[in-house]
Amino acid sequence: MRRTRLVFSGSGGQGVITAAIILAEAAVIHEGKNATQSQSYGAAARGGATRSDVIISEREIDFPVVTQPNILVCLTQDAYTSFGPEIRPAGILLTDSKFVETTKKVDARQIELPMYEKVMEEIGKPIVFNICVLGALIGISDVVNADSVMKVIGERVPKDFIDLNKKALNIGIELGLPYRM
Amino acid sequence: MERTTKFVQGNEACVEGALYAGVNFYAGYPITPSTEIAEALSGRLPEIGGKFIQMEDEIASMCAIIGASLTGHKVLTATSGPGFSLKQEAIGYACMAEIPCVIANVQRGGPSTGNPTHVGQGDINQARWGTHGDHAIIALTASNHQDVFAMTVEAFNMAETYRTPVVLLFDEVVGHMREKLVIPAPGEVEIVDRLRTSVPKGVDYRPYLPREDGRLPMSDFGDKHRYNVTGLYHDMWGFPSANPKIVNELLRHLVDKIENNVDSITRYKEYFLDDAQYILISYGSSARSAIHMAKNRREKNEKIGVLELQSIWPFPSELVREKCANAKAVVVVEMNMGQVLAQVKAAVDEPNKVFLANRIDGKLITPTDIKGLLRVIQGRGI
Repeated sequence: MRRTRLVFSGSGGQGVITAAIILAEAAVIHEGKNATQSQSYGAAARGGATRSDVIISEREIDFPVVTQPNILVCLTQDAYTSFGPEIRPAGILLTDSKFVETTKKVDARQIELPMYEKVMEEIGKPIVFNICVLGALIGISDVVNADSVMKVIGERVPKDFIDLNKKALNIGIELGLPYRM
Repeated sequence: MERTTKFVQGNEACVEGALYAGVNFYAGYPITPSTEIAEALSGRLPEIGGKFIQMEDEIASMCAIIGASLTGHKVLTATSGPGFSLKQEAIGYACMAEIPCVIANVQRGGPSTGNPTHVGQGDINQARWGTHGDHAIIALTASNHQDVFAMTVEAFNMAETYRTPVVLLFDEVVGHMREKLVIPAPGEVEIVDRLRTSVPKGVDYRPYLPREDGRLPMSDFGDKHRYNVTGLYHDMWGFPSANPKIVNELLRHLVDKIENNVDSITRYKEYFLDDAQYILISYGSSARSAIHMAKNRREKNEKIGVLELQSIWPFPSELVREKCANAKAVVVVEMNMGQVLAQVKAAVDEPNKVFLANRIDGKLITPTDIKGLLRVIQGRGI
């Protein structure tokens, strides 16, 4: 894929923006690609539907706003309602089955995964939910390599939490793999 | 030492540029969307023996960097529109007393407290005329993080070269967005250091007596020499004077040292201008949309080019006139009511072929916005 446009959406506190930053940083620092990451500031950052836009490309990226995402991640019903209609035809719409009830079919691959439930079942800490979501994306698509993401996590996360994050990433990858394109 | 690659916000790119240029004193009062500059420097400056001070307000911050610069430091403050308003009186003082300093204004929607978390480019004229009285100023801008870094280094260099305040006019989109930044190896980019006087201690030092090349060597205040600094018109010792000859010569000097060097100060980038029939002139984050649109249209063989201004003041009128001489139409793309538009109209031979593509609602102007206007100009309808 020459240019991937992603939107991560959810509510403040779910780690939506952190996930977006880790993904984009992995592409830039460890895979030599270009990437931009931007986000909505203000009221939306404290509850309500928050979103972060990521573009990953081999080429230069000028306009940094995502208008029709190839990959749209919605982690709350609010986010799904607000941003769902923006999905690019034939794109991937990833939702968490605990938080989002999908209401209508869109012209996209709709993938609902029990990411939150699996994390709570196997790890018991919601703090790594966002990393599990990243893992699912890596399982489904080839947007970045798992190694690159783990390297970024290694640089950003305190030592004691690295294994926790790795576990969450792997849970996500396993959930996503059956849907691999 | 090697280059380092980082994935950072534009505000952090400004910090990296400032540190590369040798900043060792920051005073500021945090304000969205510039806060990350203060936040990052509050950690980084103490690590290198520099000083970071969070002052009680923007006025005090501006005054603090002026004082620190006089003592020999490379200084920075960062703010946004409301804070930039407060700094204006002291910026005038720095112009008059010829004190090198760099002021980053990460623009948000104005006037007043305006639209704090959203983008705007409405402080173009404030950077030029925010402080009262005739004076000249340098203002630089950038559309991506590599250029934010480069222009920040240039700002420090120009502040030292011309002994003047330099304004960095960034904006919320570039400030908050994250993208790649490659930090050059030490020594890779030229740094202009403080020009200090060779006059020894105990010998009469005249702070405002120019050398043969017109530059004014400084003496770290409180070190070897005693001298006066004032916002009043002053003689070569820095003492107040209302002597008409001194007043006349000083004001001309303050304006000429910058306006006469517009060619050396001008920074710009051009995209597809050689055969362009339609030219987009833009800067800051709106230039990203202009470039995006031009690249797309070029794939369809439309002769569109972009002139991206990286120095706004002194305005590069001659450059704009030359580049636009053969254009069928010129579209200024900016996020205000036409502040650079007015400069472009004044610069070109045919002002009636200059149009404005703007957006003032706090959203980044899109390539589609620009394309729509261009189609109307071309008589093709949206």
